[in-house]
Amino acid sequence: MAIRCVASRKTLAGLKETSSRLLGFRGIQTFTLPDLPYDYGALEPAISGEIMQIHHQKHHQTYVTNYNNALEQLDQAVNKGDASAVVKLQSAIKFNGGGHVNHSIFWKNLAPVKEGGGEPPKGSLGSAIDTHFGSLEGLVKKMSAEGAAVQGSGWWLGLDKELKKLVVDTTANQDPLVTKGGSLVPLVGIDVWEHAYYLQYKNVRPEYLKNVWKVINWKYASEIYEKECN
Amino acid sequence: MYCKKIMIVQMIRRTATCTATCTATCTTQLNYQKSKAIKTHNTQIPLACALLTCPLKLELQSRSMAASTAVTANYVLKPPPYALDALEPHMSKQTLEFHWGKHHRAYVENLKKQVLETELEGKPLDHIIHKTYNNGDLLPAFNNAAQAWNHEFFWESMKPGGGGKPSGELLALLERDFTSYEKFYEEFNAAAATQFGAGWAWLAYANDKLKVVKTPNAVNPLVLGSFPLLTIDVWEHAYYLDFQNRRPDYIKTFMNNLVSWEAVSARLEAAKAASSSSA
Repeated sequence: MAIRCVASRKTLAGLKETSSRLLGFRGIQTFTLPDLPYDYGALEPAISGEIMQIHHQKHHQTYVTNYNNALEQLDQAVNKGDASAVVKLQSAIKFNGGGHVNHSIFWKNLAPVKEGGGEPPKGSLGSAIDTHFGSLEGLVKKMSAEGAAVQGSGWWLGLDKELKKLVVDTTANQDPLVTKGGSLVPLVGIDVWEHAYYLQYKNVRPEYLKNVWKVINWKYASEIYEKECN
Repeated sequence: MYCKKIMIVQMIRRTATCTATCTATCTTQLNYQKSKAIKTHNTQIPLACALLTCPLKLELQSRSMAASTAVTANYVLKPPPYALDALEPHMSKQTLEFHWGKHHRAYVENLKKQVLETELEGKPLDHIIHKTYNNGDLLPAFNNAAQAWNHEFFWESMKPGGGGKPSGELLALLERDFTSYEKFYEEFNAAAATQFGAGWAWLAYANDKLKVVKTPNAVNPLVLGSFPLLTIDVWEHAYYLDFQNRRPDYIKTFMNNLVSWEAVSARLEAAKAASSSSA
């Protein structure tokens, strides 16, 4: 259970202290691939069923598998008191754990049109967006531009609540948003790794970014926002 | 007879005067234009040759200080030294059309726009790469500049009917520095497979030693102080259409079927010459 907290809520700095409490702890909690709350083809034509299937069953599954392996090795290293092995495992944990964290959020950030995908946010999140960015269009434009500018692989986790403020930020590779700031909470994330769009959009990432907004699940983002604001 | 077309192309690329006669055997042509039977010296090389790698150019450039810039790519989108479908079935024509025709082209075009009316404009590509690498604190033009260089180097690292084990001096050196070709294969494979996210894996030469290096995003051995000899692109766009998520299969296919050991050997010679001339 301690590890689950580390994976989803605490910063990576917290991993150090948590893992020391694992000394002698027999058996670690492993992770499984979460189901998608919709069919692979349900986000078409914005994102093809082919991409969703490979993205979920291959890429996300690989992150989960490798994360579990890294955690097992970490457990052994910790029990042996092998400090350098523990430190050496950090990049695999960050990469694969981050991949699992990010993708788990991402699937919830998307919804089929008939289930509200693309419907603009209302309530407190809607007004916060208008206050900070002028309008939803303003936010979309900014996030799309930043997502297109990410060099290499990355996430563009936008809309974060830090000190009660919405923030647009990007992260590299599979770094979760917390690596940019311990109090940042992801609200909407868009995967800009090439695997997220290549089969359909090829090199034209801006086209993917234009279309993905049609299936963004603002209801979920609002729920998180309201929860964190209270 | 002078190959005027190639010389014109070369003059645009080089800052020095290109005075050589294009009389060497264009070995890559043997693959591409076998039917034209261009094998001997002093053969007039047809217009199409302007698109292919002329070994003479490699030779010319290795006499210059920066031997590693045998690839010049001075803001020019140079076609690969083979037709876009020549690497099938190992690397599809569709991949080449997008990877070279869109991605590589965009790096070159965007670099031109980025350096326009700045102090970098007109400078050789390797100069821009070093300047904008800025000891790791990357400046904006680095990504496009390095990627333009990396991709030209990558096309020339492959050939139709390539792959397999090298021979001669190159094999001897690989066995010396990795204990066996198989160990090198394993290490190169592992580097390419474990580069998290976008990046490249390289065989490089420094201090009279061969080594395997992996780099993120656009970084290459030039900025790390070694001579690149071979590379594989592991950005997802390099293999996604043909292999989807199966990067290990892509790497194996590259090693078994695509590597041009001739290119690697030529680069090694240039690297050794440049090392000894500056020693």
